[in-house]
Amino acid sequence: MTKSELIAHLAAENPHLRQPDIELIVATIFDEITTALARGDRVELRGFGAFSAKKRDARTGRNPRTGAAVPVAGKAVPYFKPGKELRERVNGGEPQAAARAKVEA
Amino acid sequence: MNTLTRASLAEAIYSQVGLSRNESAALLEAVLEHMAAALEAGEAVKISAFGTFMVRQKGQRVGRNPKTGVEVPILPRKVLSFRPSQVLKARINGQPLPSGTEDA
Repeated sequence: MTKSELIAHLAAENPHLRQPDIELIVATIFDEITTALARGDRVELRGFGAFSAKKRDARTGRNPRTGAAVPVAGKAVPYFKPGKELRERVNGGEPQAAARAKVEA
Repeated sequence: MNTLTRASLAEAIYSQVGLSRNESAALLEAVLEHMAAALEAGEAVKISAFGTFMVRQKGQRVGRNPKTGVEVPILPRKVLSFRPSQVLKARINGQPLPSGTEDA
């Protein structure tokens, strides 16, 4: 599913809303998450997951072709940790322990 | 560090789009539910300029209970992974947007 397919689904379910408004709603959600991460905040959506930015320290890298040492600046990397409910849904609706109990039974 | 929740995102929709607070919250929920349903069906969700959520199949492997040292099989399972887009990575680091790179 792409962003435009997501917008099409929402438009079909909400005939009272104009398409540009639906596009704005979807854009606002992802923009708001991005802006929060850029500020160093996290975004926690219970049941779905949490977005955070993990810090990577500055390090000395190497140019793989010449072997020369190159300083690599520190940076932040976006990270998504799926929530429990979504993790279980993706995995066929069962927590690992329950699935194991079934195999052993 | 602050933590934003559904309420903050719903509030952003409310002020940007001018829907009622209730409807803003309902639409946020609908977006998350559509994404979750696609992932549940094993389908990847690609949000351009943000990233791709995808389901990966993991094979069975042997794990160990770290407390007791007892070996237990970790069953084959499906896990969700998120690949941030170049645009998201750049924006988080306050860098100019990469031009001519992938937009997934």
